Amino acid sequence: MKNAVGREIPDFLLEGGKEVYQGKNYMDGRYVQKAAPRTRIYERPKESKIVETIADALRQCGARDGMTFSFHHHLRNGDFVVNMVMKAAIEELGLKELTIAATSLGEAHDPIADYIEAGKVVGIQTSGIRGRMGQVVSEGKLKTPAIIRSHGGRPRAIEAGEVHIDIAFVAAPTSDCVGNSRGIGGKSNCGSLGYAMTDAKYADHVVVITDCLVDFPNMPASVEAIDVDAVVVVDSIGNPKKIASAAARISQNPRDLMMAENVAKVIASTPYFKEGFSFQTGVGGPSLAANLFLEKYMDERGIKMGWAIGGICGPMVELLKKGKVGKVIDVQDFDLDAVNSINQTPGHYEMSASQYANPANKGAFVNKLDFVVLAALEIDTGFNVNVLTGSDGVLRGAPGGHPDTAAGSKVCIIVTPLIRGRMATVCEKVVTVTTPGDCVDVLVTDYGIAVNPLRPDLIKCLDDAGIPHVTIESLKEKAYSIVGRPDDVQFEDKVVAVLEARDGTILDVVRQIKPYTFED
Amino acid sequence: MRIEKNAMAGTLESSDALVTVEPGEGSVELEISSSVMNQYGRQIRATVLATLDRLGVTGGRVTVVDKGALDCTLKARVECAVLRSCGKSDAGIPWGGVIR
Repeated sequence: MKNAVGREIPDFLLEGGKEVYQGKNYMDGRYVQKAAPRTRIYERPKESKIVETIADALRQCGARDGMTFSFHHHLRNGDFVVNMVMKAAIEELGLKELTIAATSLGEAHDPIADYIEAGKVVGIQTSGIRGRMGQVVSEGKLKTPAIIRSHGGRPRAIEAGEVHIDIAFVAAPTSDCVGNSRGIGGKSNCGSLGYAMTDAKYADHVVVITDCLVDFPNMPASVEAIDVDAVVVVDSIGNPKKIASAAARISQNPRDLMMAENVAKVIASTPYFKEGFSFQTGVGGPSLAANLFLEKYMDERGIKMGWAIGGICGPMVELLKKGKVGKVIDVQDFDLDAVNSINQTPGHYEMSASQYANPANKGAFVNKLDFVVLAALEIDTGFNVNVLTGSDGVLRGAPGGHPDTAAGSKVCIIVTPLIRGRMATVCEKVVTVTTPGDCVDVLVTDYGIAVNPLRPDLIKCLDDAGIPHVTIESLKEKAYSIVGRPDDVQFEDKVVAVLEARDGTILDVVRQIKPYTFED
Repeated sequence: MRIEKNAMAGTLESSDALVTVEPGEGSVELEISSSVMNQYGRQIRATVLATLDRLGVTGGRVTVVDKGALDCTLKARVECAVLRSCGKSDAGIPWGGVIR
């Protein structure tokens, strides 16, 4: 069946009542029965929940074949925990038919590709999938199609019981002996633990893995002891150098700066740019640089930002410290400045993934967002964005909070160069739709600005402010005139990944890659 | 033009291509690998073959390792490799002739 973004969704995926994407706000007003975990009673007072090894914790939680294990990605590319747990489960306990449900996965998890090829890991549910794992899944080696969700779609799916987590693993920079966990105070600090919070509340069992045991009680705890079955102390949960980068630097690339300045101009032209406005930006070159130019406009107009959300990095913390933003609410930290600021700088708070972006709860932060500035691998003439698959069709990205913030915000701005090498970023048809075009409002490129025709109000704002803009078709033609018109990427029939919209409907599928051959 | 000895042109930098030519008789044996193969493989091959044809190369082995080069870059790298292979890259480049 064809969905609202024109993608053909195979019927076998719609068995059991699954629907295809119908457009934003489709589920508004419906009721959902929330799932509840089956958890163990710990009535007898216990001095400590520390067990010797990960294998012991797995045994205590009744780990067996066919289970779903959850992980969170705050340790980013420095994470050791996913690999340690899967190694213990598969090589020590001999488990098989396992599903990994992670908030995101990256190159740090390349060894999991071997478990997929060996048929030990049969399911992957994640936002990000990259590196060798992306490759083997794209080659059709995972037994069931991977399920890709946004950061808001995941807590929605967990709360609705569409994902049942048997054991959640919390990578905790600090924990006490009963499992009160925080993202700071240790040697592998990551700041916010926002993505682990929903998992810990909805999993049957929770195991905390830490490399820094601290005195009880470890407060204020991000993951609370009331939800934790066992604590394992290991030498190291991750490589600090890859967990948080040194301060995120604002780009000096003149092309990035030009685009960033245009982003700020667009923002300043709208009626939403007023005292107390709210804002989220990515950490990519031009997105991050938009902070700099926005500050200039804020000073000119004498206004302050009310609050900012998202993955947070240094430049936003700077604005908070300068009093130019009222509050920063944080689901993940990208650099040391942000890690060292959360719950320390007044006004810098932690939030859960559900509170951040879940479309099925009663008021996620994204719903109050005025502006979001995002990047894209590709954007097509229907304003559909791809941030998941490369131009060769291989899984190598993550929707992350992109679809959630785009849908929730009043103005969603995509900023990207028109071409990258020979790849046309603005194209006729994206390889995979990860954010539907009805959620995307403005495109800023180095060759011009385009406004989604669905937003005549914004077109008028730009016209009134004298900001030139063109059609997205003309940007696409400009790109093709430089790089040539690309051929369609060829795929096999087999579906290797299902891209869920944030509301749980099916937005797109990714099919098995086909080795390239010349036709004749 | 005839490929008389092994020659190379280009780099493996992003947006460039490394073109290697080796002497051979009878036909052009072309090998292409590219970071943008899925979307541009067909066009890369057409561009390389058209350039060789324009230069009058009828035999030899040509290897292209493409890193997302635009057509103009590909043409220039193929031309340069062929000219180097027959000793014409220092002087006697047929500007306005087959090089245009």
